[in-house]
Amino acid sequence: MVALDETQVKEGVDQDTVDAVKSLGGAYKYGWNTDIEMEYAPKGLSEDIVRLISEKNNEPEWMLEWRLVAYRRWLELKEPDWAMVDYPEIDFQDQYYYARPKSMEVKPKSLDEVDPKLLATYEKLGIPLKEQMILAGVEGAEDIDADAPRKVAVDAVFDSVSVGTTFQAELKKAGVIFCSISEAIQEHPELVKQYLGTVVPQSDNYYATLNSAVFSDGSFVYIPPGVKCPMELSTYFRINAENTGQFERTLIIADKGSYVSYLEGCTAPQRDIAQLHAAVVELVLLDDAEIKYSTVQNWFPGDENGKGGIYNFVTKRADCRGDRSKVMWTQVETGSSVTWKYPSCILRGDDSQGEFYSIAIANNYQQADTGTKMVHLGKNTKSRIVSKGISAGRAQNTYRGLVSMHPKAKNGRNYTQCDSLLIGDKCGAHTVPYIEVKNNSSRVEHEATTSKVDDDQLFYCRARGMDEEEAVALVVNGFCKEVLQALPMEFAMEAQQLVAISLEGSVG
Amino acid sequence: MGLPETKQSETEARVNALTMPGGAAWAVEARNEALARVQAKGMPARRDEYWKFTKPTRFVSVEPTPAALFDAQEEPMFDGIERLKVVFVDGVFDADASDDLAAENLEIGRLADATQADIHWVKDLYGMLETRGQDPVDRPLAALNTAFATDGVVLRATGPVARPVSIEYLHASESSDAILHHVIRVEEGASLTVLETGPAAARFNKCMEVDVADGAAFHHIRMQGRDHERQAVTHSFGRLGRESVYKSFTLTVNGVLTRNEHVLELLGDDAVAHIAGACAGDGDFHHDDTVFITHDAVNCESRQVFKKVLRNGAVGVFQGKILVKEGAQKTDGYQISQSLLLDDDSQFLAKPELEIYADDVACSHGSTTGAIDETALFYLQSRGVPKSIATDLLVLSFMAEAIDEIEDERLRDDIQARLEGWLARRRS
Repeated sequence: MVALDETQVKEGVDQDTVDAVKSLGGAYKYGWNTDIEMEYAPKGLSEDIVRLISEKNNEPEWMLEWRLVAYRRWLELKEPDWAMVDYPEIDFQDQYYYARPKSMEVKPKSLDEVDPKLLATYEKLGIPLKEQMILAGVEGAEDIDADAPRKVAVDAVFDSVSVGTTFQAELKKAGVIFCSISEAIQEHPELVKQYLGTVVPQSDNYYATLNSAVFSDGSFVYIPPGVKCPMELSTYFRINAENTGQFERTLIIADKGSYVSYLEGCTAPQRDIAQLHAAVVELVLLDDAEIKYSTVQNWFPGDENGKGGIYNFVTKRADCRGDRSKVMWTQVETGSSVTWKYPSCILRGDDSQGEFYSIAIANNYQQADTGTKMVHLGKNTKSRIVSKGISAGRAQNTYRGLVSMHPKAKNGRNYTQCDSLLIGDKCGAHTVPYIEVKNNSSRVEHEATTSKVDDDQLFYCRARGMDEEEAVALVVNGFCKEVLQALPMEFAMEAQQLVAISLEGSVG
Repeated sequence: MGLPETKQSETEARVNALTMPGGAAWAVEARNEALARVQAKGMPARRDEYWKFTKPTRFVSVEPTPAALFDAQEEPMFDGIERLKVVFVDGVFDADASDDLAAENLEIGRLADATQADIHWVKDLYGMLETRGQDPVDRPLAALNTAFATDGVVLRATGPVARPVSIEYLHASESSDAILHHVIRVEEGASLTVLETGPAAARFNKCMEVDVADGAAFHHIRMQGRDHERQAVTHSFGRLGRESVYKSFTLTVNGVLTRNEHVLELLGDDAVAHIAGACAGDGDFHHDDTVFITHDAVNCESRQVFKKVLRNGAVGVFQGKILVKEGAQKTDGYQISQSLLLDDDSQFLAKPELEIYADDVACSHGSTTGAIDETALFYLQSRGVPKSIATDLLVLSFMAEAIDEIEDERLRDDIQARLEGWLARRRS
């Protein structure tokens, strides 16, 4: 990167542009930590810890039982080793499973009561929780009143607890429930009981089972029949405490004919020791419901020597139970030292649709094994997968996916495209798709390519005065275009910048 | 780490039921080493990732599942082609039916004899490429073959060999269990074509190790099929030198269970490897093509073309992998697997993989599955072609990309005719 401070700003370039570019200059820019008094559960994992977490959240008996079933199951499971990732053995007894800011001991009734330090943390991350919520550069979204700033309700999760949720009152007017999952267990036990674990069962896989036992918080969303959620919902996850795993659980229920767009962001401080993040996200879609779920995952990726970073072992799944329901996963995976994540769609309802758009960037020593599963069960179900993997430095990037057409999924359609781009000769790009077609009225198409950044394109950009890194960032953004376009506007901008930052230092 | 209990006991049972042939010291050593590999890896099980789509039970069982003999008269394959015939009946060499084992620019013999002697190139190769092929994926059935193969053909081409060597496998006993192992070396600048045809046995385990030296060319055309109930697992291990060529084509029609593994290593720059397969399955038919191509040199080309036409509950499997090692720049890797499902009961299961550690490469794979194109069918019917014939035409055009991989026109015509015959017999 050219040091911008020394660059003469040309006439006609406004200060905003210079600042924007400048802000991209640093390495991982969310690497700072908040100095705040924390309360920890004792290190390690046992039934007592599970009980303690349940008690801290003041949970009813049935919830504790549910956790204990998961914990006992987890003891019998083996850590999966099939992914193309390589990391030192995790000592599950050498970390904290619960950490909350001391000030959160008594749950604040409103955002005004929240510790200013916490609010400042989110402010610094660019997520002001005070309900004025104007996100930079997104004024005037066409479908709302052109003069009003676009609103986004946020649930902010700090280590093990939800700090606060904005716009709850306004959402309530529309009948939308948006709160932390711990709150939902208290306030809406019937909904939680009915849906929790029905998409990702307690014993689904090693990390999901672990999550089921020790999840501490996360977001809960219920959109009633026929309601189009009046604003975008968002959860921002921040890991702050050291040696602490974050295990959040998100449950979104879109009732008949409803619609919601949900955004998820995550960051963590820069530390030498790797930290574990094992989340579970469950989406339930009834007839004609639609959910758009977008993630920008920017956990600390480890430093340029591969030290530290987050192990991101996440289970995300959408169950299109209703006919004509539609789910869309969009993810931009730039962070984490190890990613193990396969947002999936169970297309159970007839005419339901699943889409998966992904950009996964791995630089330095990052390892990403990510993809999706499209399980077609209902008739006339459609799915589309667009995956763009970019590897640089010494990183390994794997697309792993499943497209399955069951015998009864007549007239199913799938189109899969997974492209990989390699920058440098020390990295790897891999594609591991599974295709299972069990009826003949379905059509499945899969395409994959692997190539390097095109020299002609680079030369073209260089000839027009760009330095090499800028040129690569531009070409890569072009490579990712189809996915970037699928993101909500706020994220699209952030994602484009992230693409550039993540590749910093990968050229030359 | 020890094997899981069932695997351990299945492996022991299978090994104990076989007798290791004797021979020269080097052969006994190679076989014992192979046996150690079998014991370390254990027989494949359904839970093994590499056997996810194909049940290995019938390959692992102590006794083979009997296979009835197909009694219809059939034109022998490649009959119009000048060739050197080597015939095995249920895995046993048939000297009377075979030609004289001699040809210009060719050393040819039986494995059973070669393992008694001290032939340097057989000694160097036997079990060697199979061992190399065990990493990163276990192929215990190939190791089992090296340990217990009763016979096979050893071939060394020292220049262009005019006549193809045709290995013909006849099946005469309903419960035969054959294990054959071929060792082939094509020396620098030499060329050789090997043909294989016939059902071989009720259960057939075949392994072929092919070492293709710099500038050499190896062509392999295989016709698998006939006896409907036969089961076969085959491994072809190839090693390619600089500017060498390895091309293989397999047509499979019939056979309740077939697993064909190709494991090729491109070790010399500018080498070319093409593996193609066409299969047509009807009813109780499970066909698995598993290919693993490793690029470990600069500017090499590999192509995998697999087409499957399936009906009445037939199952087609494709597991293909291109591995491009660090430094294997300018690699051109292409892989296509397509299946045509003629009815609703048939299945296609695929895992087309890429694993790439070099940046200046162009690798792609594609995989499609679907029914016959109704528009094309309608077009043909509207021009007076009866539906059944129109369907066959579309099947043949679908298969064409794979069949076109056969360079020799006469062989291509033969394969095409065999496929057409198979379709015609099933015309409704």
